[in-house]
Amino acid sequence: MAIKIALAGNPNCGKTTLFNALTGSNQFVGNWPGVTVEKKEGKLKGNKEVVIMDLPGIYSLSPYTLEEVVARNYLINERPDAILNIVDGTNIERNLYLSTQLMELGIPMVMAVNMIDILEKTGDKIHIDKLCKKLGCEVVEISALKGTGIQKAADRVIELAKQKQSMKLVHAFAPEVEARIEQVIDLIGNDIPEEQKRFFAIKLIEKDDKIADQMKQVPDIQNIISLMEKEFDDDTESIITNERYDYISSIINECCTKNKEKKLTTSDKIDRIVTNRWFALPIFAAVMFLVYYVSVTTVGSWATDWANDGVFGEGWNLFGINSLHIKGVPEYIEAGLNAIGCADWLRSLIIDGIVAGVGAILGFVPQMLVLFIFLAFLEACGYMARVAFIMDRIFRKFGLSGKSFIPMLIGSGCGVPGIMASRTIENDRDRKMTIMTTTFIPCSAKMPIIALIAGALFGGAWWVAPSAYFVGVAAIICSGIILKKTKMFAGDPAPFVMELPAYHMPTVSNVLRSMWERGWSFIKKAGTIILLSTIILWFLMSFGWVDGSFGMLEAEQLDSSILASLGNVLAPIFKPLGWGEWKMAVAAVTGLIAKENVVGTFGILFGFGEVAEDGAEIWGMLAGSLTAVAAYSFLVFNLLCAPCFAAMGAIKREMNNKKWFWFAIGYQTILAYVVALCVYQIGTLLSVGTFGVGTVVALLLIIGFIYLLVRPYQESKTLKVNVASVK
Amino acid sequence: MRTLREVVCGQSVKVKKLTGEGPVKRRIMDMGITKGVEVYVRKVAPLGDPIEVTVRGYELSLRKADAAMIEVE
Repeated sequence: MAIKIALAGNPNCGKTTLFNALTGSNQFVGNWPGVTVEKKEGKLKGNKEVVIMDLPGIYSLSPYTLEEVVARNYLINERPDAILNIVDGTNIERNLYLSTQLMELGIPMVMAVNMIDILEKTGDKIHIDKLCKKLGCEVVEISALKGTGIQKAADRVIELAKQKQSMKLVHAFAPEVEARIEQVIDLIGNDIPEEQKRFFAIKLIEKDDKIADQMKQVPDIQNIISLMEKEFDDDTESIITNERYDYISSIINECCTKNKEKKLTTSDKIDRIVTNRWFALPIFAAVMFLVYYVSVTTVGSWATDWANDGVFGEGWNLFGINSLHIKGVPEYIEAGLNAIGCADWLRSLIIDGIVAGVGAILGFVPQMLVLFIFLAFLEACGYMARVAFIMDRIFRKFGLSGKSFIPMLIGSGCGVPGIMASRTIENDRDRKMTIMTTTFIPCSAKMPIIALIAGALFGGAWWVAPSAYFVGVAAIICSGIILKKTKMFAGDPAPFVMELPAYHMPTVSNVLRSMWERGWSFIKKAGTIILLSTIILWFLMSFGWVDGSFGMLEAEQLDSSILASLGNVLAPIFKPLGWGEWKMAVAAVTGLIAKENVVGTFGILFGFGEVAEDGAEIWGMLAGSLTAVAAYSFLVFNLLCAPCFAAMGAIKREMNNKKWFWFAIGYQTILAYVVALCVYQIGTLLSVGTFGVGTVVALLLIIGFIYLLVRPYQESKTLKVNVASVK
Repeated sequence: MRTLREVVCGQSVKVKKLTGEGPVKRRIMDMGITKGVEVYVRKVAPLGDPIEVTVRGYELSLRKADAAMIEVE
């Protein structure tokens, strides 16, 4: 029988470091079923019988955040054999608040007081023996970073788990409150084991709306609650919270001696400058510039070019030396396939379908890893919380977090790592909103489309590119305002009451581990959809009817492909947008492989074969087949609609839920359609004066849009996500 | 009646009462702002909101709208 141990603690208390130290590389990272909360499990180093479950970092066991509900449902339903509660010794008062709640679950518990190395430096002291006596649980001192005391903590918790003795509570609240808790305990039925009754009783008194799901019979304690609320002139939830902190305050002076000379810590000194009224924004801009410059402009783009155009393209030169040319993977495979005399269609499937698809997955990984190093560093050192602090004022109006700034900034380079960067946002609602809106920012692959439209129809006018960014930002702002009022989002309460953790230097191994976990989860979870859709589109593009027979096509024969036929079917849908020709529809579809393909597809369809990146050769022909307004509508549609397959894969991975994935893709495409329709119809009305059914529809859509923007809404008071079944 | 919102930077105050109810109030209390605790207003974010306070020995940031729920002496 394996021993299950739950690792529980506040965010920023060194829990991840301890988990990594305990389990080494024996880790499985996944998600709790149906929710985006990360689930980490691992086997103890040197003892494969012991499984450690890393619970999400939480401050409390309240029913209001996803992480807290996931954690407590696990503790109630799965009943681990013991809890290892990690506590930040430099911030013990607030950390003990969670401990008092964990102890009430009746599960054997060992407390590990972390960061004793820092305590030694500051001169503060924690008296372990006293803490042990006052709390009634075993306490060990550790430093997760240095590795001291970890073995002892693991040994103690395993021993306790084997003894199977339930926790004996020592802490107590004010006598009046204790009496009420006793009353409620007596009312709880025998479906709840004796040692857990206090936990359930307190949750019932707190009027916790999620606890009933865990009980067979729910006693009616309304009169007890009313009596208490009258007695204390406060709501019961607050009474209990007060009691916990009062108990902690009453023991803290005995258990800890603070160093009397108050020195400004290094962290305080850093914070004085970094979030200073005047320096904060310039420093923020500098940090963001550095992140962008390295992970998008320089190293990131070298990495992507190397992976996409080199390894999965025409080869690359080792150390940049011409004579050290290494061929691209497709060339090797093609040579191999030619050598064995492979059939044309199979060769095309392998090269243009499968290898191209795998390339689309792996091509983004190097750049992503560069970005993830930055993100892991910024998170671990404590600056990420300051990013939220500095930017909150701007972003919260649109239902986003201050941390949404980074995904959007990165998204202007490439949406794929941009979406993956949303992982740093803790709040579920803010994160989903960020995932849905990040790709509205024009990424570098959309630049050729902008250049094409600007060059072909607007004489290269300066304002086209900035207007594309304006459309993107406007789409984010409007989507944020509209979506936060919809049923899907109005769900969960999201108070911004956030800890600003002390700055500290992260370890190299933790940063690299976080980088690798995120990169790997992209490959694993986004890979399938990217590969499949690339193959399907390859089939649609490479096969078709020529001279009455079905077969494989040359690249120039795209106009005979199945996709072209599909284009004819789709074209009428885009007619109200002003570009109802099949070529446009086909170009928009090939843009799903990669947005810059739109230009290349036009090149083929207009009979030019290869064209320059901005498609200068076909400007004339494009201008002949589109009006300026229609061209702008085409541009807007391609900027806002579903992103490329790689980005869709990233969306799927980060949403971790089919319904939300399709909601995101559907929303983006419908929004793109509506905006493009309004651009074309209103644009035509203003420029040519045509007024028709389309104009009326456009006007109605605009009115509806404005209504959605200004309608009132009320933030919810309960967590709507159903997590009762989380095990 | 004075709330935490009105307290200027660099001042320490004692919490008298928390108004409101539900998730926001619970969260504020979970983070250690309870009756009788000492709160030091440390700084205001560069754009004027949120604020940063020191409570129970650590740094906490909260929005001014939420700070208005905290009555102080």
